[in-house]
Amino acid sequence: MDGEELTEQETALYDRQIRVWGADAQRRLSKSHILVYGIKGTVAEFCKNIVLAGVGSLTLVDDRVVNEEALSANFLILPDDNLFQGKTLAEVCCDSLKEFNPMVRVSVEKGDISTFGVEFFEKFDVVVISCCSLAKKLINQKCRKLSKRVAFYTVDCRGSCGEIFVDLQNYKYSKKKLEENIDCQLEYPSFEEAISVPWRALPRRVSKLYFAMRVIEGFEDVEGSNPGETLIADLPGVLKLRKELCETNSLNESQIPNALLERLLIGTREYPPVCAIIGGILGQEVIKAISGKGDPLKNFFFFDAMDGKGLIEDISEPNTGS
Amino acid sequence: MASQEQLSAIKGAKVLMVGAGGIGCELLKTLALSGFQDIHIIDMDTIEVSNLNRQFLFRQSHVGQSKAKVARDAVLRVRPNISITPYHANVKESRFNVDFFKEFDVVLNGLDNLDARRHVNRLCLAADVPLVESGTTGFLGQVTVHLKGKTECYECQPKPAPKTYPVCTITSTPSKFVHCIVWAKDLLFAKLFGDKNLENDLNVHSNDAANSSEHSDVFEYRKDEDIEEYGRRIYDHVFGHNIEVALSNEETWKNRNKPRPIYSKDVLPEKLSEQNGNMEKGCVTDDVSAMASLGLKNPQDVWSLGENSRVFLEALRLFFLKREKEIGNLTFDKDDQLAVEFVTAAANIRASSFGIPLHSLFEAKGIAGNIVHAVATTNAIIAGLIVIEAIKVLIKDSNNYRMTYCLEHPSRKMLLMPVEPYEPNKSCYVCSETPLSLEVNTHRSKLRDFVEKIVKAKLGMNFPLIMQGASILYEVGEDLEEDMVAIYAANLEKLLVGLCLLSRIFSRSSHAISISSIGKNLMRRRNLMECFSLDGLNLLLIRTRISLLEMVKVHPMLYQQRRVWRPRRTLQFRKFQR
Repeated sequence: MDGEELTEQETALYDRQIRVWGADAQRRLSKSHILVYGIKGTVAEFCKNIVLAGVGSLTLVDDRVVNEEALSANFLILPDDNLFQGKTLAEVCCDSLKEFNPMVRVSVEKGDISTFGVEFFEKFDVVVISCCSLAKKLINQKCRKLSKRVAFYTVDCRGSCGEIFVDLQNYKYSKKKLEENIDCQLEYPSFEEAISVPWRALPRRVSKLYFAMRVIEGFEDVEGSNPGETLIADLPGVLKLRKELCETNSLNESQIPNALLERLLIGTREYPPVCAIIGGILGQEVIKAISGKGDPLKNFFFFDAMDGKGLIEDISEPNTGS
Repeated sequence: MASQEQLSAIKGAKVLMVGAGGIGCELLKTLALSGFQDIHIIDMDTIEVSNLNRQFLFRQSHVGQSKAKVARDAVLRVRPNISITPYHANVKESRFNVDFFKEFDVVLNGLDNLDARRHVNRLCLAADVPLVESGTTGFLGQVTVHLKGKTECYECQPKPAPKTYPVCTITSTPSKFVHCIVWAKDLLFAKLFGDKNLENDLNVHSNDAANSSEHSDVFEYRKDEDIEEYGRRIYDHVFGHNIEVALSNEETWKNRNKPRPIYSKDVLPEKLSEQNGNMEKGCVTDDVSAMASLGLKNPQDVWSLGENSRVFLEALRLFFLKREKEIGNLTFDKDDQLAVEFVTAAANIRASSFGIPLHSLFEAKGIAGNIVHAVATTNAIIAGLIVIEAIKVLIKDSNNYRMTYCLEHPSRKMLLMPVEPYEPNKSCYVCSETPLSLEVNTHRSKLRDFVEKIVKAKLGMNFPLIMQGASILYEVGEDLEEDMVAIYAANLEKLLVGLCLLSRIFSRSSHAISISSIGKNLMRRRNLMECFSLDGLNLLLIRTRISLLEMVKVHPMLYQQRRVWRPRRTLQFRKFQR
């Protein structure tokens, strides 16, 4: 490291977490810049986690206006009309997040993220996208175009299920193995590459949630509906798309059960416990990526409150795998 | 997503949270967002700066205030119309009795110590209220569900006791840095700054079982003695003279690396008061600190032997100069900067002597203070999992109760691993009906020994009620008459043989325990299964041939006249065939 030491204030505040990941990792965190798009319950949790962890800066993008529904699973929004009237989600969350850690610069960026150029993303070390259907592919590609490595994540919770996608491109890191530090390297596919892997080529026991999420994502893209707002009323359309996708991929429709799809079609309502869990896992992953220590998740994570499992799935072409 | 059934169960539920710290803050927030409307929360702690990295309901301005109350205020801002009742109190207080617990539909633990967890476990069993337990350390965490009669209780599986070390390892043959820390903290620091009346093994030598009163004067500060001279005298005694004495016993070092004696004149030949220009500067600040005084800025640095020696002497000097009134009453506190500096320095010098790698103040503080490393993310994940289980409990979805483990490294692709709860352990002395049998030397042990060391410390019964037949030998309570209190106090000093041959012990929150006396010679060490220490005292766990279901506990004080430790008595490490 460049010898810059943590201040006395930082050492006192971060004592307990420095004991987990070390002073060096803490220094790297304090120099990192995070971009977040799409703030709902899960992303609010994630933001809280990384602000507490002590990142350098956090930039929020979400021009949606605050309404009653947004309050339901987002603890960053206080139910005081005077406070949130007319403000965007990003603005309200920004104010709350600043309080958690005055040493982190939290700010808002306005505008349609899909129009931001490649150079916009260069300012950041980590980009987290939520509520963004297939437009996230484009943002991922922009990040990959940069010579600087930008860690890219997507996160979405639907009902009692959640999904995280990770793209660390070509990633070198170290980890502890039996008292020694060993160097490792992983090669990640982009989001587009990952979802293009033919379904039949995937291991048989891959989480059904992966397919279900792709179907609904595809439906939202086709319909042009707001991401994360598909309702149970849309079920027939979703099932139709499922049929098409399964035929294209030679996959049996039973691999994507109706019951599962129904559970995911709850519109914009969120399930706070799942937001906390997914926001926590994502927080850990981002911290690991910034510090360059510890095995990162590759490349999808799924959680389903119904069976309680938090699973990692490696969805990549065999020849790009680790 | 919450179904109608779930939502209505949540709305009508009365929930008790025990703990408003790392897990507690996350849990309170998630419960409130999930629609819970009647939450009670108990926590005896106040907010500290080191909490703020993860207990996000608290701000710098709240340091010193009650966690339960501040957490409540913070969450009410997000959900003004729900009811949160805070108790700034210890959950072990008598007002949190069985009747109190019976009022709740589920109890959620976010505690950080075994003692309180056991206490809550027993109350939940007595009140027949479901308990969702949890814990986190760094990236690891777990959530477990406990229902009386249906699943294991929290104590069905023995929990590992906190690690302690044999006295001889600490006093004579340290091999790890932690041994040096224990020596510096529990022996040297205690001897110099703590209660002089307490027993202290500092000068116990391997070949000298007799009392060590001839050496006790060494540590006494003589009036008008030059502080630096005093410091060097202590230094030379513990790091020089004592090591030389230990070396004289060849037997000890046959298979071990010999330590080297260290004398202050070799490490710091020049008088410090002449050298150290910074000495007066350090006196200006309120926080008395040897590091500040010596210009050592970074707690992550590993100091040299010379630097450690300076810190040792300077810390000692500052204690006598600035905190004289406290000397004789001090106990080690990890938040006492000067104490941490002293212990770090002393441990490092000792480590140097024994060829053990030195450590930074940061590391030493963690070891000496038993600091648990903690981050916000794990607590958030665990809190989410707790709420999911709590909801299952409320709607009695018993087939789906799960113990969930949050792993640092995935196991079979899983980072979050759910496991079905086990059935209760039939020989659990807490939740099963099996009586516990104890062997105790009733001719040597007093009731006090039994109550303090076995009933309270080992069995975790905080408010025992001990009866012989229909008469009460001892009890604890707030509303006792004075003459009863006097009788009980007198009983504590009596030998068990004088009080009873057979007695039954009850606790307000657990089952009957019968003791049988077996007379004088207890030391037939049958089937020594495990040995572990509790609070620095050695308790041997012996499984007898009488019954496989019975656990027999014996305390060495009960069968020895004096606590004399000989290194050859490797009782602690003998491994027997199971």
